[in-house]
Amino acid sequence: MKILVVDDEADVQPLFLQRFRKEIRNHELEFDFALSGEAALDYLREKHSEVVLILSDINMPGMSGIDLLTRIRHDYNSPPPPVVMMITAYGDEENHRQAMQNGANDFLTKPLDFNLLKEKLKTLTDNGQDIGS
Amino acid sequence: MQFFYYLAAFLLINRLGKSLKYTPLALKWKTMISYGQWGVLIVGIMCSVYVGDWDWAKDILGSGVLLGIVLFIDREADFKHFKSYSFAHYPLIAVGFITGLTELIAEDFYEKHDEYFVVATVAAFIWIFGRWATSKKQQEEIRIVGARNAELDMLVAQRTQELTNQKNELEKTVSLLQTTQEQLIQSEKLASLGELTAGIAHEIQNPLNFVNNFSEVSVELLDEMEQELNDGNMEEVIAIANDIKQNLEKIRHHGQRADNIVKSMLQHSRASTGQKEPADINALADEYFRLSYHGLRAKDKSFNAELVTDFNATLPKVNVLQQDLGRVLLNLYNNAFYAVQQKQKTSGNDYKPMVKVSTAVVNKSLQIKVEDNGIGIPDAVKDKILQPFFTTKPTGEGTGLGLSLSYDIVAKGHGGKIDIDSKEGEYTKFTVILPIS
Repeated sequence: MKILVVDDEADVQPLFLQRFRKEIRNHELEFDFALSGEAALDYLREKHSEVVLILSDINMPGMSGIDLLTRIRHDYNSPPPPVVMMITAYGDEENHRQAMQNGANDFLTKPLDFNLLKEKLKTLTDNGQDIGS
Repeated sequence: MQFFYYLAAFLLINRLGKSLKYTPLALKWKTMISYGQWGVLIVGIMCSVYVGDWDWAKDILGSGVLLGIVLFIDREADFKHFKSYSFAHYPLIAVGFITGLTELIAEDFYEKHDEYFVVATVAAFIWIFGRWATSKKQQEEIRIVGARNAELDMLVAQRTQELTNQKNELEKTVSLLQTTQEQLIQSEKLASLGELTAGIAHEIQNPLNFVNNFSEVSVELLDEMEQELNDGNMEEVIAIANDIKQNLEKIRHHGQRADNIVKSMLQHSRASTGQKEPADINALADEYFRLSYHGLRAKDKSFNAELVTDFNATLPKVNVLQQDLGRVLLNLYNNAFYAVQQKQKTSGNDYKPMVKVSTAVVNKSLQIKVEDNGIGIPDAVKDKILQPFFTTKPTGEGTGLGLSLSYDIVAKGHGGKIDIDSKEGEYTKFTVILPIS
Protein backbone atom coordinates (compact mmCIF):
# COMPACT_ATOMS: atom_id res chain seq x y z
CA MET A 1 0.00 0.00 0.00
CA LYS A 2 1.43 3.36 -1.00
CA ILE A 3 1.12 6.24 1.44
CA LEU A 4 1.82 9.90 0.64
CA VAL A 5 2.81 11.99 3.66
CA VAL A 6 2.41 15.76 3.24
CA ASP A 7 4.18 17.93 5.83
CA ASP A 8 6.34 21.03 5.58
CA GLU A 9 8.72 19.57 8.21
CA ALA A 10 11.33 17.46 6.41
CA ASP A 11 12.15 15.49 9.56
CA VAL A 12 8.85 13.62 9.51
CA GLN A 13 10.37 11.58 6.68
CA PRO A 14 13.03 9.64 8.65
CA LEU A 15 10.50 9.35 11.45
CA PHE A 16 7.98 7.54 9.28
CA LEU A 17 10.69 5.46 7.62
CA GLN A 18 12.00 4.27 10.98
CA ARG A 19 8.62 3.77 12.59
CA PHE A 20 7.45 1.62 9.72
CA ARG A 21 10.82 -0.03 9.21
CA LYS A 22 9.52 -3.56 9.40
CA GLU A 23 6.46 -2.88 7.27
CA ILE A 24 8.61 -1.24 4.61
CA ARG A 25 11.11 -4.12 4.69
CA ASN A 26 8.28 -6.60 4.34
CA HIS A 27 6.87 -4.53 1.43
CA GLU A 28 3.59 -4.12 3.25
CA LEU A 29 3.82 -0.34 3.10
CA GLU A 30 5.52 2.13 0.82
CA PHE A 31 6.04 5.82 1.68
CA ASP A 32 6.42 8.93 -0.44
CA PHE A 33 6.71 12.47 0.88
CA ALA A 34 5.74 15.97 -0.18
CA LEU A 35 6.83 19.16 1.62
CA SER A 36 3.79 21.23 0.65
CA GLY A 37 0.26 21.00 -0.63
CA GLU A 38 1.42 22.22 -4.02
CA ALA A 39 4.14 19.52 -4.19
CA ALA A 40 1.55 16.91 -3.17
CA LEU A 41 -0.71 17.92 -6.07
CA ASP A 42 2.25 17.73 -8.47
CA TYR A 43 3.02 14.27 -7.17
CA LEU A 44 -0.61 13.13 -7.47
CA ARG A 45 -0.86 14.35 -11.04
CA GLU A 46 1.64 11.60 -11.93
CA LYS A 47 0.88 8.85 -9.48
CA HIS A 48 -2.64 9.30 -8.13
CA SER A 49 -3.58 5.78 -9.17
CA GLU A 50 -0.80 4.26 -7.02
CA VAL A 51 -1.55 6.17 -3.85
CA VAL A 52 -4.03 4.59 -1.49
CA LEU A 53 -3.64 6.82 1.54
CA ILE A 54 -2.74 10.45 1.95
CA LEU A 55 -1.66 11.75 5.36
CA SER A 56 -1.57 15.50 5.37
CA ASP A 57 -0.67 18.18 7.87
CA ILE A 58 -3.22 21.03 7.98
CA ASN A 59 -1.07 23.90 9.13
CA MET A 60 1.39 24.53 6.31
CA PRO A 61 2.60 27.71 4.69
CA GLY A 62 1.04 28.30 1.28
CA MET A 63 -1.65 25.80 0.46
CA SER A 64 -3.14 24.45 3.65
CA GLY A 65 -4.08 20.84 4.29
CA ILE A 66 -7.76 21.72 4.00
CA ASP A 67 -7.16 23.28 0.56
CA LEU A 68 -5.27 20.19 -0.51
CA LEU A 69 -8.08 17.97 0.72
CA THR A 70 -10.64 19.99 -1.23
CA ARG A 71 -8.55 19.77 -4.39
CA ILE A 72 -8.05 16.01 -4.01
CA ARG A 73 -11.77 15.44 -3.50
CA HIS A 74 -12.48 17.58 -6.53
CA ASP A 75 -9.78 16.28 -8.91
CA TYR A 76 -9.43 12.62 -7.97
CA ASN A 77 -12.92 11.48 -7.23
CA SER A 78 -12.98 8.48 -9.54
CA PRO A 79 -13.33 5.24 -7.55
CA PRO A 80 -11.59 4.15 -5.54
CA PRO A 81 -11.06 7.63 -4.03
CA PRO A 82 -7.86 7.88 -1.98
CA VAL A 83 -8.22 7.74 1.80
CA VAL A 84 -7.22 11.08 3.29
CA MET A 85 -6.29 11.53 6.94
CA MET A 86 -5.63 15.00 8.25
CA ILE A 87 -2.98 15.78 10.87
CA THR A 88 -2.72 18.99 12.80
CA ALA A 89 -1.10 20.43 15.87
CA TYR A 90 -4.25 22.20 16.83
CA GLY A 91 -6.52 19.33 17.71
CA ASP A 92 -9.56 21.53 17.95
CA GLU A 93 -13.16 21.26 16.83
CA GLU A 94 -12.94 23.90 14.12
CA ASN A 95 -10.21 22.10 12.17
CA HIS A 96 -11.87 18.76 12.79
CA ARG A 97 -15.19 20.05 11.50
CA GLN A 98 -13.60 21.62 8.43
CA ALA A 99 -11.60 18.50 7.63
CA MET A 100 -14.65 16.26 7.97
CA GLN A 101 -16.84 18.65 6.01
CA ASN A 102 -14.37 18.62 3.16
CA GLY A 103 -14.34 14.84 2.98
CA ALA A 104 -11.51 13.69 5.21
CA ASN A 105 -11.72 10.03 6.17
CA ASP A 106 -10.02 10.47 9.49
CA PHE A 107 -8.37 13.00 11.70
CA LEU A 108 -5.14 12.66 13.68
CA THR A 109 -3.54 15.05 16.12
CA LYS A 110 0.10 15.84 16.69
CA PRO A 111 2.18 14.48 18.30
CA LEU A 112 1.35 11.48 16.14
CA ASP A 113 0.48 8.35 18.01
CA PHE A 114 2.14 5.85 15.67
CA ASN A 115 0.60 2.85 17.38
CA LEU A 116 -2.84 4.30 16.78
CA LEU A 117 -1.88 5.07 13.20
CA LYS A 118 -0.64 1.50 12.74
CA GLU A 119 -3.97 0.16 14.00
CA LYS A 120 -5.88 2.44 11.66
CA LEU A 121 -3.71 1.30 8.78
CA LYS A 122 -4.31 -2.28 9.74
CA THR A 123 -8.11 -1.90 9.67
CA LEU A 124 -7.73 -0.08 6.40
CA THR A 125 -5.71 -2.88 4.77
CA ASP A 126 -8.05 -5.51 6.29
CA ASN A 127 -11.06 -3.64 4.92
CA GLY A 128 -9.25 -3.23 1.63
CA GLN A 129 -8.74 -7.00 1.51
CA ASP A 130 -12.41 -7.45 2.33
CA ILE A 131 -13.34 -5.25 -0.58
CA GLY A 132 -10.81 -6.97 -2.80
CA SER A 133 -11.95 -10.51 -1.95
CA MET B 1 -8.60 146.07 37.69
CA GLN B 2 -6.38 144.57 40.37
CA PHE B 3 -9.51 142.85 41.64
CA PHE B 4 -8.99 140.12 38.93
CA TYR B 5 -5.46 139.24 40.11
CA TYR B 6 -6.51 138.69 43.69
CA LEU B 7 -9.62 136.80 42.66
CA ALA B 8 -7.51 134.63 40.36
CA ALA B 9 -4.98 134.07 43.17
CA PHE B 10 -7.77 133.29 45.64
CA LEU B 11 -9.39 130.79 43.28
CA LEU B 12 -6.02 129.25 42.41
CA ILE B 13 -5.26 128.54 46.05
CA ASN B 14 -8.84 127.40 46.63
CA ARG B 15 -8.69 124.94 43.73
CA LEU B 16 -5.28 123.76 44.84
CA GLY B 17 -6.81 123.03 48.22
CA LYS B 18 -9.70 121.14 46.62
CA SER B 19 -7.36 119.12 44.44
CA LEU B 20 -5.52 117.97 47.55
CA LYS B 21 -8.71 116.87 49.29
CA TYR B 22 -8.79 113.19 50.22
CA THR B 23 -5.07 112.81 49.43
CA PRO B 24 -2.32 112.19 52.00
CA LEU B 25 -1.03 115.70 51.29
CA ALA B 26 -4.22 117.43 52.43
CA LEU B 27 -3.21 117.57 56.09
CA LYS B 28 0.28 118.84 55.35
CA TRP B 29 -0.95 121.84 53.30
CA LYS B 30 -4.31 122.52 54.92
CA THR B 31 -3.23 125.42 57.17
CA MET B 32 -0.90 126.91 54.63
CA ILE B 33 -3.63 126.94 52.01
CA SER B 34 -6.27 128.56 54.17
CA TYR B 35 -3.78 131.20 55.33
CA GLY B 36 -2.75 131.81 51.76
CA GLN B 37 -6.34 132.12 50.64
CA TRP B 38 -7.38 134.63 53.19
CA GLY B 39 -3.99 136.35 53.06
CA VAL B 40 -4.49 137.04 49.39
CA LEU B 41 -7.94 138.51 49.99
CA ILE B 42 -6.66 140.75 52.81
CA VAL B 43 -3.69 141.93 50.75
CA GLY B 44 -6.09 142.68 47.89
CA ILE B 45 -8.44 144.71 50.09
CA MET B 46 -5.59 146.50 51.87
CA CYS B 47 -4.06 147.32 48.55
CA SER B 48 -7.19 148.90 47.10
CA VAL B 49 -7.80 150.85 50.32
CA TYR B 50 -4.27 152.14 51.08
CA VAL B 51 -2.40 152.40 47.78
CA GLY B 52 -4.75 155.12 46.67
CA ASP B 53 -4.44 156.55 43.16
CA TRP B 54 -1.33 154.67 42.04
CA ASP B 55 -3.11 152.35 39.72
CA TRP B 56 0.09 151.11 38.08
CA ALA B 57 1.40 149.98 41.50
CA LYS B 58 -1.88 148.13 42.20
CA ASP B 59 -1.64 146.24 38.91
CA ILE B 60 2.02 145.32 39.36
CA LEU B 61 1.52 144.35 42.98
CA GLY B 62 -1.56 142.20 42.14
CA SER B 63 0.16 140.37 39.28
CA GLY B 64 3.32 140.08 41.43
CA VAL B 65 1.37 138.32 44.18
CA LEU B 66 -0.14 136.03 41.56
CA LEU B 67 3.30 135.36 40.04
CA GLY B 68 4.68 134.52 43.48
CA ILE B 69 1.96 131.96 44.09
CA VAL B 70 2.39 130.41 40.63
CA LEU B 71 6.18 130.17 41.08
CA PHE B 72 5.71 128.66 44.52
CA ILE B 73 3.38 125.98 43.11
CA ASP B 74 5.88 125.38 40.30
CA ARG B 75 8.75 124.73 42.73
CA GLU B 76 6.79 122.53 45.14
CA ALA B 77 7.02 118.85 44.19
CA ASP B 78 3.74 118.09 46.01
CA PHE B 79 1.80 120.19 43.48
CA LYS B 80 3.18 118.56 40.38
CA HIS B 81 -0.29 117.54 39.25
CA PHE B 82 -1.46 121.12 39.46
CA LYS B 83 1.29 122.75 37.35
CA SER B 84 -0.48 122.67 34.00
CA TYR B 85 -3.36 124.58 35.51
CA SER B 86 -1.24 127.12 37.39
CA PHE B 87 0.71 127.90 34.19
CA ALA B 88 -2.58 129.18 32.75
CA HIS B 89 -2.14 132.23 34.98
CA TYR B 90 0.94 133.56 33.13
CA PRO B 91 -1.09 135.47 30.50
CA LEU B 92 -2.94 137.33 33.26
CA ILE B 93 0.34 138.03 35.07
CA ALA B 94 1.89 139.33 31.84
CA VAL B 95 -1.14 141.51 31.10
CA GLY B 96 -0.95 142.86 34.69
CA PHE B 97 2.73 143.82 34.38
CA ILE B 98 2.27 145.35 30.95
CA THR B 99 -0.77 147.32 32.12
CA GLY B 100 1.06 148.55 35.22
CA LEU B 101 4.20 149.51 33.26
CA THR B 102 2.19 151.25 30.54
CA GLU B 103 0.29 153.25 33.17
CA LEU B 104 3.57 154.24 34.73
CA ILE B 105 5.57 155.07 31.58
CA ALA B 106 2.94 156.17 29.04
CA GLU B 107 -0.01 157.39 30.99
CA ASP B 108 -1.49 159.28 28.02
CA PHE B 109 -1.35 156.23 25.81
CA TYR B 110 -3.01 154.22 28.54
CA GLU B 111 -5.76 156.78 29.09
CA LYS B 112 -6.44 156.76 25.37
CA HIS B 113 -6.62 153.00 24.97
CA ASP B 114 -7.53 151.79 28.44
CA GLU B 115 -10.50 149.74 27.14
CA TYR B 116 -8.03 147.42 25.33
CA PHE B 117 -6.19 146.77 28.55
CA VAL B 118 -9.43 145.99 30.31
CA VAL B 119 -10.42 143.61 27.53
CA ALA B 120 -6.98 141.95 27.66
CA THR B 121 -7.22 141.51 31.42
CA VAL B 122 -10.72 140.07 31.26
CA ALA B 123 -9.67 137.80 28.36
CA ALA B 124 -6.64 136.55 30.32
CA PHE B 125 -8.91 135.94 33.30
CA ILE B 126 -11.43 134.02 31.19
CA TRP B 127 -8.54 132.08 29.67
CA ILE B 128 -7.76 130.75 33.15
CA PHE B 129 -11.30 129.46 33.49
CA GLY B 130 -11.14 127.92 30.05
CA ARG B 131 -7.95 126.15 31.04
CA TRP B 132 -9.50 125.11 34.31
CA ALA B 133 -12.44 123.54 32.52
CA THR B 134 -10.24 121.66 30.01
CA SER B 135 -7.78 120.62 32.66
CA LYS B 136 -10.68 119.41 34.78
CA LYS B 137 -11.88 117.41 31.79
CA GLN B 138 -8.37 116.10 31.25
CA GLN B 139 -8.10 115.25 34.92
CA GLU B 140 -11.34 113.36 34.63
CA GLU B 141 -10.07 111.53 31.57
CA ILE B 142 -6.83 110.73 33.33
CA ARG B 143 -8.82 109.51 36.31
CA ILE B 144 -10.97 107.30 34.03
CA VAL B 145 -7.87 106.02 32.22
CA GLY B 146 -6.26 105.42 35.59
CA ALA B 147 -9.30 103.49 36.76
CA ARG B 148 -9.31 101.57 33.49
CA ASN B 149 -5.62 100.80 33.99
CA ALA B 150 -6.21 99.59 37.50
CA GLU B 151 -9.05 97.45 36.23
CA LEU B 152 -6.83 96.11 33.45
CA ASP B 153 -4.01 95.45 35.90
CA MET B 154 -6.42 93.49 38.02
CA LEU B 155 -7.67 91.58 34.99
CA VAL B 156 -4.10 90.87 33.89
CA ALA B 157 -3.22 89.65 37.37
CA GLN B 158 -6.35 87.50 37.36
CA ARG B 159 -5.55 86.08 33.93
CA THR B 160 -1.94 85.50 34.91
CA GLN B 161 -3.15 83.54 37.89
CA GLU B 162 -5.51 81.55 35.70
CA LEU B 163 -2.74 80.89 33.19
CA THR B 164 -0.36 79.82 35.93
CA ASN B 165 -3.00 77.44 37.21
CA GLN B 166 -3.59 76.14 33.72
CA LYS B 167 0.13 75.76 33.15
CA ASN B 168 0.48 73.77 36.36
CA GLU B 169 -2.43 71.60 35.38
CA LEU B 170 -1.01 71.08 31.89
CA GLU B 171 2.34 70.13 33.37
CA LYS B 172 0.57 67.57 35.51
CA THR B 173 -1.29 66.27 32.45
CA VAL B 174 1.91 66.07 30.45
CA SER B 175 3.66 64.02 33.08
CA LEU B 176 0.56 61.84 33.36
CA LEU B 177 0.60 61.41 29.57
CA GLN B 178 4.26 60.52 29.64
CA THR B 179 3.60 57.84 32.19
CA THR B 180 0.66 56.59 30.15
CA GLN B 181 2.83 56.54 27.04
CA GLU B 182 5.44 54.46 28.83
CA GLN B 183 2.69 52.09 29.89
CA LEU B 184 1.29 51.99 26.36
CA ILE B 185 4.68 51.16 24.92
CA GLN B 186 4.97 48.40 27.47
CA SER B 187 1.48 47.11 26.71
CA GLU B 188 2.20 47.31 22.98
CA LYS B 189 5.15 45.04 23.67
CA LEU B 190 2.93 42.71 25.65
CA ALA B 191 0.19 42.82 23.02
CA SER B 192 2.56 41.73 20.30
CA LEU B 193 3.84 39.10 22.72
CA GLY B 194 0.27 37.90 23.19
CA GLU B 195 -0.16 37.61 19.45
CA LEU B 196 3.05 35.68 19.42
CA THR B 197 2.06 33.21 22.08
CA ALA B 198 -0.14 31.11 19.85
CA GLY B 199 2.51 31.07 17.16
CA ILE B 200 5.16 30.23 19.68
CA ALA B 201 3.07 27.40 21.09
CA HIS B 202 2.87 25.90 17.61
CA GLU B 203 6.53 26.53 16.92
CA ILE B 204 7.57 24.88 20.17
CA GLN B 205 5.10 22.06 19.79
CA ASN B 206 6.64 20.95 16.50
CA PRO B 207 10.23 20.45 17.71
CA LEU B 208 8.93 18.91 20.93
CA ASN B 209 6.93 16.41 18.89
CA PHE B 210 10.10 15.51 17.06
CA VAL B 211 12.03 15.15 20.29
CA ASN B 212 9.35 12.81 21.62
CA ASN B 213 8.89 10.88 18.40
CA PHE B 214 12.58 10.41 17.70
CA SER B 215 13.34 9.25 21.21
CA GLU B 216 10.42 6.80 21.09
CA VAL B 217 11.47 5.41 17.76
CA SER B 218 15.06 5.13 19.01
CA VAL B 219 13.92 2.93 21.90
CA GLU B 220 12.14 0.74 19.39
CA LEU B 221 15.23 0.66 17.22
CA LEU B 222 17.34 -0.45 20.19
CA ASP B 223 14.95 -3.36 20.78
CA GLU B 224 15.33 -4.33 17.17
CA MET B 225 19.07 -3.93 17.41
CA GLU B 226 19.16 -6.33 20.34
CA GLN B 227 17.28 -8.88 18.29
CA GLU B 228 19.56 -8.45 15.30
CA LEU B 229 22.62 -8.84 17.60
CA ASN B 230 21.21 -12.09 18.89
CA ASP B 231 20.69 -13.21 15.30
CA GLY B 232 24.25 -12.15 14.49
CA ASN B 233 23.01 -9.91 11.68
CA MET B 234 25.80 -7.34 11.98
CA GLU B 235 25.01 -5.41 8.80
CA GLU B 236 21.53 -4.62 10.06
CA VAL B 237 22.93 -3.76 13.51
CA ILE B 238 25.26 -1.17 11.99
CA ALA B 239 22.41 0.30 9.91
CA ILE B 240 20.23 0.61 13.03
CA ALA B 241 23.10 2.13 14.99
CA ASN B 242 23.48 4.76 12.27
CA ASP B 243 19.77 5.52 12.42
CA ILE B 244 19.90 5.89 16.19
CA LYS B 245 22.89 8.21 15.91
CA GLN B 246 21.02 10.30 13.36
CA ASN B 247 17.96 10.36 15.59
CA LEU B 248 19.94 11.59 18.55
CA GLU B 249 21.33 14.36 16.39
CA LYS B 250 17.81 15.23 15.34
CA ILE B 251 16.65 15.26 18.94
CA ARG B 252 19.46 17.64 19.72
CA HIS B 253 18.62 19.77 16.69
CA HIS B 254 14.95 20.07 17.60
CA GLY B 255 15.75 20.64 21.25
CA GLN B 256 17.97 23.49 20.16
CA ARG B 257 15.17 24.81 17.97
CA ALA B 258 12.73 24.92 20.88
CA ASP B 259 15.45 26.48 22.98
CA ASN B 260 15.99 29.26 20.44
CA ILE B 261 12.28 29.98 20.27
CA VAL B 262 11.98 30.28 24.03
CA LYS B 263 15.06 32.49 24.10
CA SER B 264 13.76 34.79 21.42
CA MET B 265 10.45 35.03 23.22
CA LEU B 266 12.23 36.00 26.40
CA GLN B 267 14.33 38.48 24.50
CA HIS B 268 11.23 39.98 23.04
CA SER B 269 9.53 40.55 26.35
CA ARG B 270 12.64 41.81 28.09
CA ALA B 271 13.42 45.50 27.95
CA SER B 272 16.20 46.31 25.56
CA THR B 273 19.65 45.99 27.10
CA GLY B 274 21.04 48.42 24.59
CA GLN B 275 23.76 45.93 23.74
CA LYS B 276 24.36 45.44 20.04
CA GLU B 277 25.53 42.04 18.92
CA PRO B 278 26.46 40.62 15.54
CA ALA B 279 23.33 38.91 14.24
CA ASP B 280 22.38 36.60 11.42
CA ILE B 281 19.68 38.75 9.90
CA ASN B 282 18.39 35.94 7.67
CA ALA B 283 17.80 33.67 10.66
CA LEU B 284 16.15 36.50 12.59
CA ALA B 285 13.92 37.43 9.66
CA ASP B 286 12.92 33.81 9.08
CA GLU B 287 12.20 33.05 12.72
CA TYR B 288 9.86 36.02 13.19
CA PHE B 289 8.25 35.41 9.79
CA ARG B 290 7.05 31.99 10.91
CA LEU B 291 6.06 33.23 14.36
CA SER B 292 3.96 35.99 12.91
CA TYR B 293 2.23 33.68 10.44
CA HIS B 294 1.40 31.09 13.05
CA GLY B 295 0.24 33.79 15.44
CA LEU B 296 -2.30 34.96 12.90
CA ARG B 297 -3.30 31.43 11.94
CA ALA B 298 -3.97 30.64 15.57
CA LYS B 299 -6.58 33.39 15.59
CA ASP B 300 -8.04 32.83 12.15
CA LYS B 301 -7.68 29.26 10.97
CA SER B 302 -9.34 29.87 7.65
CA PHE B 303 -6.52 32.24 6.83
CA ASN B 304 -3.78 31.05 4.53
CA ALA B 305 -0.98 32.80 2.75
CA GLU B 306 1.94 31.86 0.62
CA LEU B 307 5.14 32.63 2.49
CA VAL B 308 8.01 33.46 0.18
CA THR B 309 11.55 33.95 1.39
CA ASP B 310 14.46 35.17 -0.69
CA PHE B 311 17.46 35.42 1.59
CA ASN B 312 20.85 36.55 0.36
CA ALA B 313 23.14 33.76 1.59
CA THR B 314 26.23 35.99 1.61
CA LEU B 315 24.72 38.53 3.97
CA PRO B 316 27.32 39.81 6.43
CA LYS B 317 26.59 39.74 10.14
CA VAL B 318 25.44 43.11 11.35
CA ASN B 319 25.59 44.61 14.84
CA VAL B 320 22.01 45.08 15.93
CA LEU B 321 19.79 45.07 18.99
CA GLN B 322 18.35 41.67 18.16
CA GLN B 323 15.19 41.83 20.24
CA ASP B 324 14.43 45.35 19.00
CA LEU B 325 14.95 44.49 15.37
CA GLY B 326 12.88 41.34 15.95
CA ARG B 327 10.02 43.55 17.10
CA VAL B 328 10.37 45.73 14.00
CA LEU B 329 10.18 42.67 11.75
CA LEU B 330 7.31 41.22 13.72
CA ASN B 331 5.41 44.46 13.27
CA LEU B 332 6.04 44.56 9.56
CA TYR B 333 5.03 40.92 9.16
CA ASN B 334 1.91 41.34 11.28
CA ASN B 335 0.91 44.33 9.17
CA ALA B 336 1.58 42.43 5.95
CA PHE B 337 -0.48 39.45 7.05
CA TYR B 338 -3.22 41.78 8.24
CA ALA B 339 -3.23 43.49 4.83
CA VAL B 340 -3.59 40.25 2.85
CA GLN B 341 -6.14 38.94 5.33
CA GLN B 342 -8.26 42.06 4.85
CA LYS B 343 -8.02 41.73 1.08
CA GLN B 344 -8.92 38.06 1.25
CA LYS B 345 -12.12 38.95 3.07
CA THR B 346 -13.33 41.12 0.20
CA SER B 347 -11.81 39.31 -2.77
CA GLY B 348 -12.98 36.16 -4.45
CA ASN B 349 -11.32 32.77 -4.43
CA ASP B 350 -8.95 33.82 -7.18
CA TYR B 351 -7.00 36.00 -4.79
CA LYS B 352 -3.82 34.30 -3.54
CA PRO B 353 -2.46 36.05 -0.44
CA MET B 354 1.32 36.30 -0.54
CA VAL B 355 3.85 37.73 1.89
CA LYS B 356 7.48 37.85 0.92
CA VAL B 357 10.61 38.68 2.86
CA SER B 358 13.94 39.20 1.18
CA THR B 359 17.37 40.40 2.23
CA ALA B 360 20.05 42.09 0.17
CA VAL B 361 23.15 44.25 0.39
CA VAL B 362 22.82 47.52 -1.51
CA ASN B 363 25.37 50.34 -1.37
CA LYS B 364 27.04 49.32 1.86
CA SER B 365 23.72 48.92 3.58
CA LEU B 366 21.66 45.93 4.44
CA GLN B 367 18.09 45.81 3.24
CA ILE B 368 15.27 43.74 4.61
CA LYS B 369 12.24 43.96 2.38
CA VAL B 370 8.78 42.84 3.51
CA GLU B 371 6.21 42.87 0.73
CA ASP B 372 2.61 41.76 0.49
CA ASN B 373 -0.11 41.81 -2.13
CA GLY B 374 -2.72 43.02 0.33
CA ILE B 375 -4.97 46.07 0.55
CA GLY B 376 -2.13 48.60 0.27
CA ILE B 377 -1.89 51.99 1.94
CA PRO B 378 -4.06 54.89 0.69
CA ASP B 379 -2.02 57.95 -0.30
CA ALA B 380 -3.92 60.04 2.23
CA VAL B 381 -2.49 58.16 5.20
CA LYS B 382 0.98 57.35 3.83
CA ASP B 383 2.53 60.32 5.63
CA LYS B 384 0.83 59.50 8.89
CA ILE B 385 1.49 55.83 9.32
CA LEU B 386 4.75 56.39 11.16
CA GLN B 387 3.11 58.77 13.62
CA PRO B 388 2.48 57.46 17.12
CA PHE B 389 -1.11 56.40 17.83
CA PHE B 390 -2.09 56.48 14.17
CA THR B 391 -3.96 53.34 13.22
CA THR B 392 -6.44 52.32 10.57
CA LYS B 393 -7.46 49.28 12.54
CA PRO B 394 -10.73 49.24 14.48
CA THR B 395 -10.54 50.36 18.10
CA GLY B 396 -8.96 47.72 20.26
CA GLU B 397 -7.16 45.98 17.42
CA GLY B 398 -4.14 48.23 17.17
CA THR B 399 -2.42 50.66 19.49
CA GLY B 400 -1.05 52.71 16.61
CA LEU B 401 2.37 52.41 18.17
CA GLY B 402 3.77 49.49 16.19
CA LEU B 403 5.20 51.35 13.23
CA SER B 404 6.19 54.44 15.16
CA LEU B 405 8.17 52.31 17.61
CA SER B 406 9.63 50.38 14.67
CA TYR B 407 10.72 53.60 13.06
CA ASP B 408 12.33 54.77 16.31
CA ILE B 409 14.18 51.48 16.67
CA VAL B 410 15.51 51.58 13.10
CA ALA B 411 16.27 55.31 12.91
CA LYS B 412 17.38 56.16 16.44
CA GLY B 413 18.62 52.76 17.55
CA HIS B 414 20.45 51.74 14.37
CA GLY B 415 20.96 54.87 12.28
CA GLY B 416 18.90 53.33 9.49
CA LYS B 417 15.57 54.11 7.90
CA ILE B 418 12.33 52.56 6.74
CA ASP B 419 11.15 53.11 3.17
CA ILE B 420 7.50 52.69 2.29
CA ASP B 421 6.19 51.91 -1.14
CA SER B 422 2.57 51.02 -1.65
CA LYS B 423 -0.27 51.11 -4.11
CA GLU B 424 -3.76 51.07 -2.68
CA GLY B 425 -5.50 47.78 -3.35
CA GLU B 426 -2.39 46.17 -4.85
CA TYR B 427 0.70 45.92 -2.74
CA THR B 428 2.82 47.29 0.11
CA LYS B 429 6.59 47.15 0.37
CA PHE B 430 8.41 48.08 3.56
CA THR B 431 12.19 48.22 3.30
CA VAL B 432 14.30 48.38 6.44
CA ILE B 433 17.69 49.81 5.57
CA LEU B 434 20.51 49.30 8.06
CA PRO B 435 24.05 50.65 7.61
CA ILE B 436 26.78 47.99 7.57
CA SER B 437 29.80 49.01 9.61
